[in-house]
Amino acid sequence: MNMMSYDVVVIGGGPAGMAAALKSKEYGCTVALLERDADLGGILNQCIHPGFGVEYFKEELAGPEYAGRFTDLVNSAGIDVYIQTMVTAVNPERSVMAINQNGVMQISAGAVVLAMGCRERTRGAIMIPGYRPAGVMTAGIAQRYINIENLKPGSKAVIVGSGDIGLIMARRMYLEGIQVLGVYEIMPYVNGLIRNVKQCLEDFAIPLYLSETVIDIQGKGRLSGVVTARVDENFRPVSGTEKHIECDLLLLSVGLIPENDLSVRVGVELNTATQGPLVNNGLETNVPGIFACGNVLHVHDVVDNVTREALKAGEQAARYAKKTGVKPKEPRKILAGENIRYTVPNYYHPGAGEKVDICFRVSRPISDGYLVVSSPERVILEGKPRGFRPGEMEKFSLSPKLQGKDCSDVILSVRRRSNGN
Amino acid sequence: METNLICISCPKGCHLKVSLAGENIQEVKGNRCPRGKEYAESEIKDPRRVLTTTVLVKGGRLPVIPVKSQTGLPKGLIIAAMKILRETAVSSPVRRGDIVVENILGTGINIIAARDVASAGTQSKY
Ligand SMILES: Cc1cc2nc3c(=O)[nH]c(=O)nc-3n(C[C@H](O)[C@H](O)[C@H](O)COP(=O)(O)OP(=O)(O)OC[C@H]3O[C@@H](n4cnc5c(N)ncnc54)[C@H](O)[C@@H]3O)c2cc1C
Ligand code: SF4
Repeated sequence: MNMMSYDVVVIGGGPAGMAAALKSKEYGCTVALLERDADLGGILNQCIHPGFGVEYFKEELAGPEYAGRFTDLVNSAGIDVYIQTMVTAVNPERSVMAINQNGVMQISAGAVVLAMGCRERTRGAIMIPGYRPAGVMTAGIAQRYINIENLKPGSKAVIVGSGDIGLIMARRMYLEGIQVLGVYEIMPYVNGLIRNVKQCLEDFAIPLYLSETVIDIQGKGRLSGVVTARVDENFRPVSGTEKHIECDLLLLSVGLIPENDLSVRVGVELNTATQGPLVNNGLETNVPGIFACGNVLHVHDVVDNVTREALKAGEQAARYAKKTGVKPKEPRKILAGENIRYTVPNYYHPGAGEKVDICFRVSRPISDGYLVVSSPERVILEGKPRGFRPGEMEKFSLSPKLQGKDCSDVILSVRRRSNGN
Repeated sequence: METNLICISCPKGCHLKVSLAGENIQEVKGNRCPRGKEYAESEIKDPRRVLTTTVLVKGGRLPVIPVKSQTGLPKGLIIAAMKILRETAVSSPVRRGDIVVENILGTGINIIAARDVASAGTQSKY
């Protein structure tokens, strides 16, 4: 077995892992970046569409371009990159087990950054009845087939779920000459970004059906068709609304789940709302010296936010490894209140004199709402009225002034201004 | 006349309210940054979209390479551009930013490579 030692070990070479590794390196740490694939870049390599880096690079880049810029930086920074290297375990004393062509390696780390990204929910996770023929796959798999492997997964497609990957694949398939019969979303609103509804569906007159879903899958060897139906408020199919649609490809775009098998095994506690680790404002998990960022922490729709979060994780990991962090006081909680699905982070350490950047998502669309930040005793701040959508990650900074002298727990809520929606 | 648009220039997706006199924009509301106004101008007079797709790579470590139009192509030319790119192939190695098709359809816009693809059999750099 190969024994090694680094100040910071980063698991996963997507945009999160690369940014974290670069930042730790900038702080003078020795850094290992471990990636199971043959290339750095993670999911970005298959996201060939434009729309990445608008904030960070002030340019609209394709996914592989965004990845390529970071890969170039990583390659010239003196970071030890191990590709085709799969991490199999992490232990609480921060030794990382990995395997590649050269065998098994054990790396002892001053700090570990988890950046393993997420995986797609599969059909089992949403339980559509029917047969299990070929031609049913997640939107991300179809994306990989078309954009990287040059394979055509079918010629008549139905998409279930209106996540961004599904919307983007609707346009992609249309441009490749695959007929796209429609996108079926069980919720009464779209899951993905509104810009993707415009530029991926409306631009090509691809129909979107809200409050409708696929209730049966047909075909034995190969998919031959699906049955769709409208659903009621309780998401139960309404009888009499069934439609049979002939197709040979069914794409599932029903959400992403952070990839936390490794984290859970080392004792990292997860947030049930995100399936990502519970973290403090330094993005440290409950296991000391283990940090998390990017899609493994919570699912992001904008890579620029992933990069920003990861730079922070890289900085905090470096400080931990170099023992330059201040000894934190007892943490305070950051809680999700009314209409908030989750917040990241979940804790903050008072008295550090730093602002606490909080990301959150609402649990349902609210067209006329306002943010309320409160402590158990009082309202700290009320935001301006505006619209909120579950598809968009919101940001809020808790300044030292707002933390107040007492630094109590804080609760985020979004209240509706009127009785309407 | 008033028309509603969704700005697609960034993930915020602002809802724009555009008041028009004929083809001329009098006022844009709802944009959270100046780019919303630029988008409305272009969307009404000359709608454009960045096109991304893949083209074949001969002798490459991967079968295809992602490419994109350097700036937005007129929306009406997207399908014609796709047709050309479907019949285009490049030879490896290709470096990100290399021109794949110059001045596509006489637009003055180049199609460029969006990643590096090394030749088959060569080790990637790491
Ligand atoms: C289809 C799709 C479309 C998107 N569209 C946009 C867009 O238009 N604009 C935008 O800004 N953002 C977009 N995003 C969001 C953004 O791209 C992602 O949030 C971001 O890429 C996530 O980065 P990450 O590094 O956390 O995860 P990933 O990119 O998933 O990277 C994780 C890496 O970890 C590796 N890994 C996992 N487990 C192990 C292990 N045990 N050992 C070694 N390596 C491991 C994986 O191989 C992978 O390379 C999109 C995302 C998706 C999925
Ligand atoms: S107006 Fe500005 S902030 Fe709003 S979507 Fe367009 S570019 Fe983004």
